[in-house]
Amino acid sequence: MSAEMAMIVFGMAAVTYIPRMLPFLMFKGKELPAFWQGILRNVPYATLGALIFPGILTFHENLWFGIAGAGAAFLIAFTGANIIFTVIGSIGILTVLSML
Amino acid sequence: MEAIVAGRGEFKEGLYAGIGIAIGYFPAALTYGLLAKSAELSFVETMSLSIFVFAGAAQYIALNLIALGTGIFEIVLTTFILNIRHFLMSAALNEKAENESIWKKSAYAFGVTDETFSVAAMREGSINSFYMAGLVIISYSSWVISSGLGYIAGNALPQVVQESMGIALYAMFIGLLVPSLKQSMKAVLLAGTAALLNCVFIYSGTLSTGWAIIISTLLAAVAIEAADQMRRKGRSL
Repeated sequence: MSAEMAMIVFGMAAVTYIPRMLPFLMFKGKELPAFWQGILRNVPYATLGALIFPGILTFHENLWFGIAGAGAAFLIAFTGANIIFTVIGSIGILTVLSML
Repeated sequence: MEAIVAGRGEFKEGLYAGIGIAIGYFPAALTYGLLAKSAELSFVETMSLSIFVFAGAAQYIALNLIALGTGIFEIVLTTFILNIRHFLMSAALNEKAENESIWKKSAYAFGVTDETFSVAAMREGSINSFYMAGLVIISYSSWVISSGLGYIAGNALPQVVQESMGIALYAMFIGLLVPSLKQSMKAVLLAGTAALLNCVFIYSGTLSTGWAIIISTLLAAVAIEAADQMRRKGRSL
């Protein structure tokens, strides 16, 4: 590996790890004001929304592929299915659709 | 002795919870390995990024920048901006982390990705290092091994299957979110608002992907918390 590439790997590793680790070092947990604790409890739901849209519509060059995939995943999940089943079922439905 | 037995149970739960991530990482890392090869990285370089960085989107973008001949500083800065969102995620996880030594927390912090965060954050109750170890080990193994497979034999998987598998991680996010959506109006508002804001930021080109996720998450989380507290105060008057 070239010296330049080694520096890229090291630099990327450092700037990725530090933000992941710092909050555990800075906060003990539960010492923030109630309002901030409330915000942090909201973060997972909001993050999931932002991680799903608009990414799911554009992961494939064909927009309809994304819409079909989103529809399939929401439908399967709404039946109360296990997450693994939602994942495998959505892949299956898209594979069948793209072979039609 | 009891603690070890309980820990083993938590570890297994973590492994099981990570199966969806492992499936989803397979096509993503396979594509990464394939792209790395076409960007003329060596096998060792390709694996080093997956082993030491463990950040999907950042690795894709780095390949692009390396192929374009971009400087080291710019590549590292871009990675930092893209991954600073994990600060917010770790801060949220820390609120439900059991009281353990900072070394254990620092160890599992390495494995905080969008996906492991989502699974751990949606878990009922608290999280500890046993659970996180299981969750991270299965996800990380899939990421690293699939990167190698992609480099060596990425062309072997039929195009149709590879394209369809691109839905996997999104389907997992949906599978994690939907049970909460059915139970809580607040969850619907939070996810809906953040999704809408993120679409606006990305399609208007105001913010890059990394910042768009942070800002839309924070705006939604703050606004809805404020509205919720005002509503509760109004009721108690």
